[in-house]
Amino acid sequence: MGKTIIEKIIKAHTAEDVTPGNIVWLEIDVRSARDFGGANVVKNLQKYYPNESQIADPEKTFFTFDCVVPAKTIGYAENQQISRIFARQRLPRENLFDVDAGIGSHVMIEKGIAVPGSTVVGTDSHLNILGAIGSFGQGMGDQDIAFAFKTGKTWFEVPDSMKIIIEGNPAKNAFAKDVTLGVLQQIGSKGALGRAIEFYGNTVESLDLAGRITLASMVTEMGGIIGLIPPDKHVIEYCKVRAGRDFPIYEADASVDYTSILEFDFTGLEPLISLPASPANIKPVSEVAGRPVDSVVIASCTNGRYEDLAVVAKILKGKKVHSDVMMKIVPATKEVYGQLLENGLINTFFEAGAIITNPGCGGCAAGQIGMTGKGEVQISTGNRNFIGKQGSGDTYLASPATAATTALAGEIAVPTI
Amino acid sequence: MKKATILEGRAIVIKDINRKAIDDIDTDMIFHNRHLHITDIKEMGQFAFGNLQGWEDFSERTKSGDILIVGKNFGAGSSRQQAVDCFRALGVQMIIGESFGAIYKRNTINSGLPLMIASEIMTDNIETGDKIKVNLETGEIANISRDTLLKKASPLSKVQLDIYNAGTLFEYGKALD
Repeated sequence: MGKTIIEKIIKAHTAEDVTPGNIVWLEIDVRSARDFGGANVVKNLQKYYPNESQIADPEKTFFTFDCVVPAKTIGYAENQQISRIFARQRLPRENLFDVDAGIGSHVMIEKGIAVPGSTVVGTDSHLNILGAIGSFGQGMGDQDIAFAFKTGKTWFEVPDSMKIIIEGNPAKNAFAKDVTLGVLQQIGSKGALGRAIEFYGNTVESLDLAGRITLASMVTEMGGIIGLIPPDKHVIEYCKVRAGRDFPIYEADASVDYTSILEFDFTGLEPLISLPASPANIKPVSEVAGRPVDSVVIASCTNGRYEDLAVVAKILKGKKVHSDVMMKIVPATKEVYGQLLENGLINTFFEAGAIITNPGCGGCAAGQIGMTGKGEVQISTGNRNFIGKQGSGDTYLASPATAATTALAGEIAVPTI
Repeated sequence: MKKATILEGRAIVIKDINRKAIDDIDTDMIFHNRHLHITDIKEMGQFAFGNLQGWEDFSERTKSGDILIVGKNFGAGSSRQQAVDCFRALGVQMIIGESFGAIYKRNTINSGLPLMIASEIMTDNIETGDKIKVNLETGEIANISRDTLLKKASPLSKVQLDIYNAGTLFEYGKALD
């Protein structure tokens, strides 16, 4: 029997038998915690290992602050300070990405900390976003992460794998987010529950790194362990340059026995949107066009990269955001922020009347862009719209193009880009 | 130390007002992100299900030793340990569900709280208040109040039982060295 990609990555990090359903001890290449969960990681280490070494390998251990940056509540400030002091004392200084750095999972890709084939854990439930570069990233709770800091390993049940093949060219106004929502619409919130997905097909192959990040990020909303996209030559080159080193690339064997193989033809796929209050509650944008919107958020690990913001700038250039709309833009990382400055996009956003904040997660964990009030309707490029998550208002999820077009119109609108 | 593998307690079945199972209960419904800064487990219980319609007063409706019964994809969403710890704070004895979010499942197992998968339990013969008896090693669930056996569940895996017996992941890890 052939091996899947996830099985090969696991095999390279364990001495045990790698068969779906088996539980193995997995060596972890990168162990991380963020401002959310980080303080508890430190407390767990101090509680359970008070008088001994608490970090197996400081070089492989990282803190990334991204949820609420800078801290706007005393609770977050205290938790960040606990993590910050611990990191300054125990880790190489460059392994602490403080409140200015941006979203940890993106920083790990940009800095070459995560590379194809690597194993990465952290307290971010969207860390499986690293599937975008063929890395096995996994979000875990603070006890799991404390254990990984201490031992460098974790127990893991080898997941079953499913294969999703996407072919066809979506409509010109449909983007990676629409492809992602298209998959979620097809398989639902439990469609990949407990499984690894391997993505193939020409629609997937044509996605750039930002688009791959978008697709991989929402595997969490499909219930999946991870969505692995085999890296193409551009992604491999990017990661090599960033990491300054080589790495093995794992491909699935031809004789793999997947639990399911799904094929989707997305030829002419039109822009899609998640309605409140579930990411999987998806309709074509055209069906809900005209609904008034109070706020527009361009942010998150799903759609906060330069390429996403460039689409927004193209739509906003020379125009004004509707007078009844608050538009909030959050670059994913400091590097993205720098690109926006360098290429004049900040100016475009400013002229259009948008609010631009420092990099970070933005809204998903009640971050620097604030929350919605009762009756407020928000359209976001994020990945979750569960009841109450981003305040008491209603949240729709869509592509940066749909969100930007909506910002100009003051109502949900189909992009004409 | 080996702990009891046959647990008895009062079932508390999470259904909506139409007595239908609620699937996809995410971690923001269990323990909302506005309370994420809380790190003391003693403070967490009061917020359990604080954002789940119809169950906001869960902390008053439950009592120590209860067995929580839930539907599909329970605990989807974020990695917050508080979404498990809030139930431990209230003395919930174990959680039985039709399926779980992957991270939630790990967090529950690692904290030493027994978690069992019973793929059809929400449509089985069980209601809130029933006294039930669960065998962690065989997956048998008996409804003592109704004198019936429920459909068999999946027994706990070896690593689950090992962590449960050790107390937490940390104690289990120490025993391995």
